[in-house]
Amino acid sequence: MADGTSVPIGGLASAKSAGRKTAMQKFAQRRSTTGFLLCLPLILLVACFVVYPAFYAIYLSMLNKKMTAFVGLGNFQFLLKRHTFQLVIFQSCLFAITAVVLKALLGFTLAHLMHNIPGKNQKIWRGLLLVPWVIPLALSTLTWWWMFDPSYSAFNWVLNQFGFANVPWLGVGWIARFCTIAVNVWYGTPFFMIMYLAALKSVPEQLYEASAIDGANAVQKLFFVTLPMMRNIISITVLFSLITTFADFDIVRILTAGGPQDMTHVFATYAFQVGIQSGDIPLGAADSLFMFPILAFAAFFVLRGVTKRTKEIAA
Amino acid sequence: MSASVTERRVAVAAQRKNSLHRQRMWALWGSYIALGVFVVMFLVPPFYTLMTSLKSSAEISAQVGSPWLVKHPSLENFWYLITYPNFQRYYLNSVIVTILTVAVSMVISVLAAFSLSRMGFWGSQTLSTGVFLTYLVPPSLLFIPLFQIIGQLGLINNFWCLVILYPTLAVPFCTWIMIGYFSSIPRELDEAALIDGAGYLQMLWKIFIPVAMPGIIAATIFAFTVSWGAFLYPLAYLYTSNQMVLTVGIISDLIRGDVFQWGKIMAACLLASLPPIVIYAFLMDYYVAGLTAGATKG
Repeated sequence: MADGTSVPIGGLASAKSAGRKTAMQKFAQRRSTTGFLLCLPLILLVACFVVYPAFYAIYLSMLNKKMTAFVGLGNFQFLLKRHTFQLVIFQSCLFAITAVVLKALLGFTLAHLMHNIPGKNQKIWRGLLLVPWVIPLALSTLTWWWMFDPSYSAFNWVLNQFGFANVPWLGVGWIARFCTIAVNVWYGTPFFMIMYLAALKSVPEQLYEASAIDGANAVQKLFFVTLPMMRNIISITVLFSLITTFADFDIVRILTAGGPQDMTHVFATYAFQVGIQSGDIPLGAADSLFMFPILAFAAFFVLRGVTKRTKEIAA
Repeated sequence: MSASVTERRVAVAAQRKNSLHRQRMWALWGSYIALGVFVVMFLVPPFYTLMTSLKSSAEISAQVGSPWLVKHPSLENFWYLITYPNFQRYYLNSVIVTILTVAVSMVISVLAAFSLSRMGFWGSQTLSTGVFLTYLVPPSLLFIPLFQIIGQLGLINNFWCLVILYPTLAVPFCTWIMIGYFSSIPRELDEAALIDGAGYLQMLWKIFIPVAMPGIIAATIFAFTVSWGAFLYPLAYLYTSNQMVLTVGIISDLIRGDVFQWGKIMAACLLASLPPIVIYAFLMDYYVAGLTAGATKG
């Protein structure tokens, strides 16, 4: 009896829900069409000016200088054999890794210092410390160039006051390398500080209290509470900064334009010199494509970190 | 006797509290001093820009005394630039390009973010991941093929090419921020709107945009900063002074061969960095929110 009644009711309900389902399906279909249309400008923009150029670069890199014949991987081989390009690879890696490590360490220190002072004062200090990040990089690099000027410049004058000789800042290979890295660190540290400060604030205070009761000292708190809690943000920030630093163009272009003896060229500036200034588009395209593996590697881990973080927040 | 014990206890407690207090004060003052050192180091270049911009050409070429201080401040460099037609042109071009870029980027990214956060369609998950990946593609990877593409479009040496290209730098991150803000709006709000008979665009205009205003401001600031300060694209694609924007104009116009008019260059840098600095001074919180949004909003 109970079974007898329940069956028709169940049948009725399922019929009803089936009817509703088709309406719902139509609704969903309309909704997804609208959704797709709203995304269309974005898709077109990205397809025309990011995805298409990326594949076009691969095609271009396999042509000869006049772009009349197909040469396969000839351009890549040619570049790898060139001493200048070997310097470019070395300098790009040196520039990116040194700058990112310094930025991460300084940013971490600054974030901790900021975390120490009372909240109401943080805003002023944060405002002052963010200034390097706010000024357009191309313009602030001009100032650095002027300060590195060999004859009558800011830094050399200070050195002279203390009885040291003039330093040819941008005229000697290794000093010029150091200068490009220093400018990048000056520009990028505020970004790290802001990211780490946001992460530090999200570490629950109870964890510190619990570790204090367990008798942890400051160093232990740092290594067993702060760093594990911030691990994800640290890795996202470092990898992200690795991408932008590796692909940096402005600083080297303005400060040294690759000079002295091509010792400060990075991939981007060398591609500009070869591709745009000397007019060898395929060689320039091949040069910038050398950036791709390391960028893809970093992007993969950034993406993984971000999805993990999204899940953590959702949970 | 018991009174003396309590007294002693109070004294010990006070002493301990005092030493803790003192330790904390030391940490606090140490932090302030260290921060002060960093602030001085960070602000040296802007300070030097200001000092040089106030010097006359004669004072710079005289090369006497400390370069860090200005002896006879004058506004001659600023006046020269304000009345210099080329500089006015660069400024105007920058303003036009930036306004258009910001408008285009915000329309594209708000529509896309609305759709990606609310209307699942086939491939929308992949698309949001793809948008984030696009953000990680640097302009220095694409500028050479884009040189060919822009050439085929006939837009070389025409600042309108920047209006097309700058959105590719701004849109991915803006969309990313906006997806975060839109997803945090409770679904009950859209349901209520749908029941009241609102269409999707009405829902976006009347609910999503007002509620997510902080996100929109943050994204706008980001788009503004990117298009005001970009250097590689204009350097590669523009070469006459009637088409140049500020970042390239200053470098190619005020540096002629070996003649560096440093006073004028520095004044130009100051005038050109003014809009970002002013916006930043007033909207720092949104600026910071935008910076950290990528990491904290997911």
